[in-house]
Amino acid sequence: MFLEYLFYVLVFPGFLFASVLGLIVGWVERKVSAKVQFRVGPPFFQNFYDVFKLMGKEIVLIKNSPYFLFIIAPIIAFASVTITATLVGMSFFYQVGFGADLLFIIYLTVIYSVSLIIGGSSTGNIYSSIGAGREMKMVLSDEVAFILVLLVPIIKAGYTINLAQIINFQANNGMIIGSASGIIAFIIGIICVQAKMGMQPFDIAEAETEIVEGPLMEYSGPLLAFWKLSHYIMYVFFPMLLVILFWGGANLNSVGNVIASIAKYLLVVVLLILIKNTNPRVRIDTALKFFWKYASPLAFIAVILAILGA
Amino acid sequence: MSKCRIPLGPFHPLLEEAEFFDIKVEGETVVDIEMETGWMHRGHEKISETRSFTQSIYLVERICGICSTSHPFACVNAIEDIDNIQIPERAKYIRVLVGEVERIHSHLLWLGLAGHFIGYDTLWMWAWKYREPILKIAEMISGNRNHYGMMRVGGVGKDFDNELIPKIHPILDAVEKKMVMLSKAAKDDPVLKSRLKNVGILTKEDARDYCANGPTARASGLDMDVRRDDPTAYEVVDFNVITLPNGDVYDKLVARVLEIIESVKIIRQCLDAFSKVDGPVKTEVKEIPPGEGCGRYEAPRGEVFHYMRSDGTNRPIRHKVRAPSFSNIPTYKASCVGIPLADALITLAAVDPCYCCTERSIRTVDTNNNKIDTDLLNISRDKTQKIRKDFLKKAKTPVERIFEKS
Repeated sequence: MFLEYLFYVLVFPGFLFASVLGLIVGWVERKVSAKVQFRVGPPFFQNFYDVFKLMGKEIVLIKNSPYFLFIIAPIIAFASVTITATLVGMSFFYQVGFGADLLFIIYLTVIYSVSLIIGGSSTGNIYSSIGAGREMKMVLSDEVAFILVLLVPIIKAGYTINLAQIINFQANNGMIIGSASGIIAFIIGIICVQAKMGMQPFDIAEAETEIVEGPLMEYSGPLLAFWKLSHYIMYVFFPMLLVILFWGGANLNSVGNVIASIAKYLLVVVLLILIKNTNPRVRIDTALKFFWKYASPLAFIAVILAILGA
Repeated sequence: MSKCRIPLGPFHPLLEEAEFFDIKVEGETVVDIEMETGWMHRGHEKISETRSFTQSIYLVERICGICSTSHPFACVNAIEDIDNIQIPERAKYIRVLVGEVERIHSHLLWLGLAGHFIGYDTLWMWAWKYREPILKIAEMISGNRNHYGMMRVGGVGKDFDNELIPKIHPILDAVEKKMVMLSKAAKDDPVLKSRLKNVGILTKEDARDYCANGPTARASGLDMDVRRDDPTAYEVVDFNVITLPNGDVYDKLVARVLEIIESVKIIRQCLDAFSKVDGPVKTEVKEIPPGEGCGRYEAPRGEVFHYMRSDGTNRPIRHKVRAPSFSNIPTYKASCVGIPLADALITLAAVDPCYCCTERSIRTVDTNNNKIDTDLLNISRDKTQKIRKDFLKKAKTPVERIFEKS
């Protein structure tokens, strides 16, 4: 039993699978972005090369800084996204839920942001500090909308936070995206995922041309590789989560169903990439205003609609 | 809230060249900004004094890779101003053509960079894709994509091949179509608008006080353009000067897009004229007499000014360059203070600063970044006196020789 769980976390669908798939999806992201921008794009193994190269590089630590926090932050972040990927992957591939899945996912995604804040502010670098501050504001802005979005499938599926039961509900009663509350929640959910992953238009915390990658500025070598890998693993589980919650999850019974599942997953990924490529970075106050003024109320309306049964 | 100092530069992804901005922020709000030049100083003016007039033109072409025909344009204007040299009409059209091709590619380059700075990499790549055919035109006309080497004292170095006219027209049509599309998209895109509208406003009064020029001033409502106000070749073509009232980053973007459309019109007029105007493209200039001359030209970033003094030899004895960014960069003091940091950075980029054009001065600082109060001017004068005493046997200076002859 213990070995079985270890296999889930470390091999499939956890660490190893999520990392490899994440790097492949990262290639898809770079290739699609390149095609949108009339570029050629990197070769298939470019992300693997990048990560392996970073693994062999030196870690530069800052004197007179609490570098215990500096080192531990990417590892905590990586662990949290790996466990999230395991949880989401289990319900995506095996239709198995562990009970309080969604509650756990909410906590773990916040832990990623918190470790980004800790890692960024531990360096004492001015750019990192600004980046950490911005990340804090981003968490404050997108979290409410994200939780409200998660509430819609919870209510729809009969007040359960078990992913397997949500999938079962959709298998019997049709997909949640088909309802009015479902489609609103799905759209807001896409935007929240955009913010949680720190992609344009919400890459405010890591704005490269403003604050030089923000919290990640002082990171180098394997620690930076862990950050990058965490980011790519988010490409794996966030689209999967959206597919599970709103689009009936995956079905691996027949060849047709497998292709349909992969297509659903890739469609969400490409949607995220296209939003990334067609928007400039917004200001932090614009983002805050957007989430509190428009996204959260809309998500709240979706929740009310879900309670009313629409 | 405590103040916090953000060192922007000397090397930073926002800046293509080395430049240092000392930004003081409270939270995310900029409260003070100071700039420091001197990282890119190459001493072009001094080198120019060791070159002949013809070589100086090539030298000033290398001041900047983007406005690589603006500096030679102003430089030949200055040399021609010494002796009132008139250039043939066909040469005027060729000069205008090259100048406008450069303006289009420079504005498109800025547009792409502005997109990159606000995190809109798609706009960046697209703008640079549309810039590519323009560089092809430049290559067809002059043989080079960037450093054209067309300007000569008394005309241009290479005649325009009339067979190119049907090849250039379709490229211009395509570019104009894309620019009209882009100006419409900029007006409609809500995210782009929310990012740029009412950001980094430079009022008309501030623009005048800080001597802003070029698109920076025109977007603030100052109606000024050297091409129209002091034409040396542009009197042969007809065009409008784009002025916009608000002075924010959005207006600067729109002003540049509209200027591209205007430049396309100017190029069309030139192409139409080539089939009618024939003749030589260069007046023979044997020598430059003693005297001094000024040359002005409206570079893509604003007015570029060259001053040349000749003593009758084949070399200038003084060559002074004043680039537009030199007066545009200090407008940050007026436009950046009081706005969020994220906006301040795009405002920095919005005047299209060109640091290698600007660098004519050096600020001496100690290790703590405090200004050293050395009397550089007097040190320099003393050194000149010493050199003169030691090495120069002649008692008369070049300036004295000028006045002696005249």
